[in-house]
Amino acid sequence: MPSLLFEQGARGRGGDFVASEGRPDEFLDSSLLRDELPLPDLAEIEVARHFTTLSHRNFAVDLNFYPLGSCTMKYNPKLNEAVSGFPGFTDLHPFAPDEGAQGALQLLWQMERSLASLFGMNAFSLMPAAGAHGEITAMLMAKRYFAQRSEGGRDTCIVPDTAHGTNPASAAMVGYRVLSVPSTSRGRTDVEALKKVLDGRIAVCMMTNPNTLGLFEDEIMEMTQAVHDAGGLMYYDGANANAIVGLCRPGDMGFDLMHLNLHKTFSVPHGGGGPGSGPVGASSELTRYLPKPMVAKRADGGFFLQHDMPDSIGAVRAFWTHFLAIVRAYAYVIVHGEEGLKRNSLLAVLNANYLRAKVKDLLTVPYDDFCRHEFVCSAESLKRETGVRALDLAKGLLDAGVHAPTMYWPHVVAECLMIEPTETETRATLDSFAESLRALVATAYEDPQSMARLPMHTAVRRVDEARVGRLANKGVGLRWSPDGSTAE
Amino acid sequence: MGQPADRLYTKEHEWVKVDSDTATIGITDYAQSSLGDIVYVEMPKTGARIERSKTMGVVESVKAVSDIYAPVSGTVMEVNATVDSDPATVNGDPYGAGWLIKVTVDGDASQGLLAASEYDALLDAQPHAT
Amino acid sequence: MYAPHTDSDVRAMLDVIGEPSLEALSAPPPGLEIRQSLGLAPPMAESDAYTFLRSLASANQASTMPCFLGAGAYRHYIPPAVPWFATRSEFLTAYTPYQAEASQGSLQAIYEWQTYICLLTGLDVSNASVYDGATALLEGVIMAANATGRRRVAVSRAVHPLYRAVLSTYAAGMGIQIDELEFDVAGVTVQPGELPSGSQAPAAVVIQSPNFFGCVEDMKPWSRLSKNCGALSIQVIAEALSLAVLKSPGESGVDVAVGEAQSLGLPLGYGGPYCGFVAATKEHVRRLPGRLVGETTDVDGRRAYVLTLQGREQHIRRELATSNICTNQALCALIVTVYLATVGAKGLRAIAVSNLKRARQLAEALREVEGISIRSTSAFFNEFVVDLPLPAADVADSLQRRGILAGLPLSRFYPQLPASLLVCATELTSASDIRRLSQALAEESRHAVAAV
Repeated sequence: MPSLLFEQGARGRGGDFVASEGRPDEFLDSSLLRDELPLPDLAEIEVARHFTTLSHRNFAVDLNFYPLGSCTMKYNPKLNEAVSGFPGFTDLHPFAPDEGAQGALQLLWQMERSLASLFGMNAFSLMPAAGAHGEITAMLMAKRYFAQRSEGGRDTCIVPDTAHGTNPASAAMVGYRVLSVPSTSRGRTDVEALKKVLDGRIAVCMMTNPNTLGLFEDEIMEMTQAVHDAGGLMYYDGANANAIVGLCRPGDMGFDLMHLNLHKTFSVPHGGGGPGSGPVGASSELTRYLPKPMVAKRADGGFFLQHDMPDSIGAVRAFWTHFLAIVRAYAYVIVHGEEGLKRNSLLAVLNANYLRAKVKDLLTVPYDDFCRHEFVCSAESLKRETGVRALDLAKGLLDAGVHAPTMYWPHVVAECLMIEPTETETRATLDSFAESLRALVATAYEDPQSMARLPMHTAVRRVDEARVGRLANKGVGLRWSPDGSTAE
Repeated sequence: MGQPADRLYTKEHEWVKVDSDTATIGITDYAQSSLGDIVYVEMPKTGARIERSKTMGVVESVKAVSDIYAPVSGTVMEVNATVDSDPATVNGDPYGAGWLIKVTVDGDASQGLLAASEYDALLDAQPHAT
Repeated sequence: MYAPHTDSDVRAMLDVIGEPSLEALSAPPPGLEIRQSLGLAPPMAESDAYTFLRSLASANQASTMPCFLGAGAYRHYIPPAVPWFATRSEFLTAYTPYQAEASQGSLQAIYEWQTYICLLTGLDVSNASVYDGATALLEGVIMAANATGRRRVAVSRAVHPLYRAVLSTYAAGMGIQIDELEFDVAGVTVQPGELPSGSQAPAAVVIQSPNFFGCVEDMKPWSRLSKNCGALSIQVIAEALSLAVLKSPGESGVDVAVGEAQSLGLPLGYGGPYCGFVAATKEHVRRLPGRLVGETTDVDGRRAYVLTLQGREQHIRRELATSNICTNQALCALIVTVYLATVGAKGLRAIAVSNLKRARQLAEALREVEGISIRSTSAFFNEFVVDLPLPAADVADSLQRRGILAGLPLSRFYPQLPASLLVCATELTSASDIRRLSQALAEESRHAVAAV
């Protein structure tokens, strides 16, 4: 059990990182200074052992299969890491004059142009820091677009019942009323139900395609037409773009706005929950509302940050972009080219359908149709027959040395497991995963009680989430405290 | 089955027990068991008005959140401090110590509410809680 | 390129699926196929891509110049141990730690980050990070609006202009009105006798310290003024290193501290990714945006960490969530945690003192230059404002051609200060850098005098 950093070290331990230059009160009046700085002093070897030990208590793509649906846990190429560490990128100040940052600006410009081509948009802003940040950026753009057209009465955003939680949250944060539209028995958005709610209050309809069930919304053109006829805008949530790059384009489907998750589709590592990058694309009609600044090209071929954008919604974060994430994504684009990116999409769909064919014999796979990059399956009948739940299967998979799929989402499928293998997995890995699942299902029938005890072999076993939640509401148990009582 | 017969129920799984013009409100055993371990209950403050069928609070478990709908209209007289400090009380005793608020009721309290037997029938039609 | 499939794998897998070809399996509905080239460059071999990207990196000449730019992004020393440990594959290639049993490494690290932020700010609770300092400010303002039910905020004009720009981008969409507080000639925010009450009362008073001009603001009276009108006091910290020596927000009675932790181990990286933080007193714990990690035990009674209070978050509360943040800056927060562990209290204080000292050496050197005066007369940490005898933007341009990043001309954000330059010195600013800057500025000033 690794100690916390705060339980280690000794006062005065640790290296000299700068030459000693005196005491704070030689430079500032002591009334401005803090009384104490209660951080631990650690020797570098303590730091080394601590974080190496922590790393051993983490699952990661570089360890084994990570089929987390909707998260696109593909391999993160090490080329990306190397090039994003070039000092010419890492040591560049965001206020560096454009003349001294031409390499960075050229890279941003080429990335922006590549994304616009790949997704059929007129332009992209590379400013948003993550997918949800891209969503709210686009909602602010929609709001400004309608305000300029004196259609401020449009106050409603439509999301399918399978949407990510960020969709309704993003819409509500800019003041939109959120309406949910159901799915059909085919696992697609119900077009008739959508048409019924279209009226003069519709501002935006947010969709992802393929949708969260991994199915292509084959009536997408009819939906975009209907929303446009009602005066609304179509927004493409790029969470599932890994199924379509090089195959079809949101712009051609009629979407006016979209975001991408470069940390999904374009192989930027997830980093344990960020940093991501969530570029927002816009049709030619909406381009002028994109956040500022944007990179632009001068007549002489040089590049500059264009701050003069009078209709822009403004800035959505302090500086221009998650630049080092963009460098990684750009490296991914240039080593693949169009054909390579398209092949990745094809293979992502191949892997998902292959695994689907294998899992179909073990669990219920609703919606009898080929999937795209991911699929959902249900442990509902297993639960009925054995009492073993999707949660137990997920925990059992952790013991088998692979990561669990996404659980209990989307809500339209009971006891749901959502599986996205991505294109970077070998057939052998997929076979092995299916075998692990087969063994767990067999155990569920033979010894269902044992499943509730899983996992047995992880760093910790099932944790008490209720106790921590109740304390956390009172602000307790969310940090180490110097009095030694960390939780109560 | 067999909900306490001394009170009325809503389709959204709240209960209300009326005693002359005072009503005690809580969530049902089905509601607490569907939600799982409850970690937080957001309730209206004493003196606040609640409106029948409108949201009066939120109950939050480890993995889910559910609105609490007011079964009656009225003014909040008392909020259960035990639930505020220990939300697990709602899991342990939803019909007793886990009550949420007491209100003075406006008008007819029973309007649109279900008797215990009707609520039982509603539950029979629901998927079973995990 | 990174997909492992051989042609025979593909054929065998298609056979299992029962489809004739990859294209058939993935075909979009008729009419949506891409029929022509999209105009991307042909793929590069990995070695060519490496070389090409290195040439782009080298084209950023500003990355190697002596740098006196700060203004919300600071050039500091990063001990090699920091990226070495923080970017191990097990951290880098993990997802958000939803499966606690398989994510104890990330979870404990976030818990340690939360603790460090609490210890530095002197506040009770911290979240797991937000995108950057500007979005941290935005989240702090949303917390205050929800806590008070009010829709106005009083914001100092000495708060970073880009942070204020982000706040106003969102405020328009959220119905929040921003009232500005002015600064005086030295760059310190002017304190009113009292703040508006009634319907004009603010939800929050937002002061940055050290502020955009480098001045240390006295937060205590601001906290008192805020409390008197029922508002939350929010302190913005754009230079987190200052927390090593300056009075903490908690000591000054501040309710919410928001800021940018880039200084603590993250490279400049042309603006990102950086790492925002939000810390608050206990009573606001449920209003903190995004993820929180708490300590608990597993079924065997072992200490364990887990994401908690998820019922506040967008993936459960959906349109009722008060923040939509999902992916945050976990790896950046980990880097900051490794940085703080590596340098410790001793190292952090020494680095901060080095900043204090070199900024004063810079001020002394510039004070000697004919025609230049130091505008900042109040206490500062590692940056301050100088007034030049020429338009600061012209001087900065000219010095950049001479290979020096002289600082930020304030006219970019404050047109009424055309001759003012914001300059910064850190532990990496050498005596020869300072000499080069003061000599170059002296020459520019002489030209100006000669031209007149």
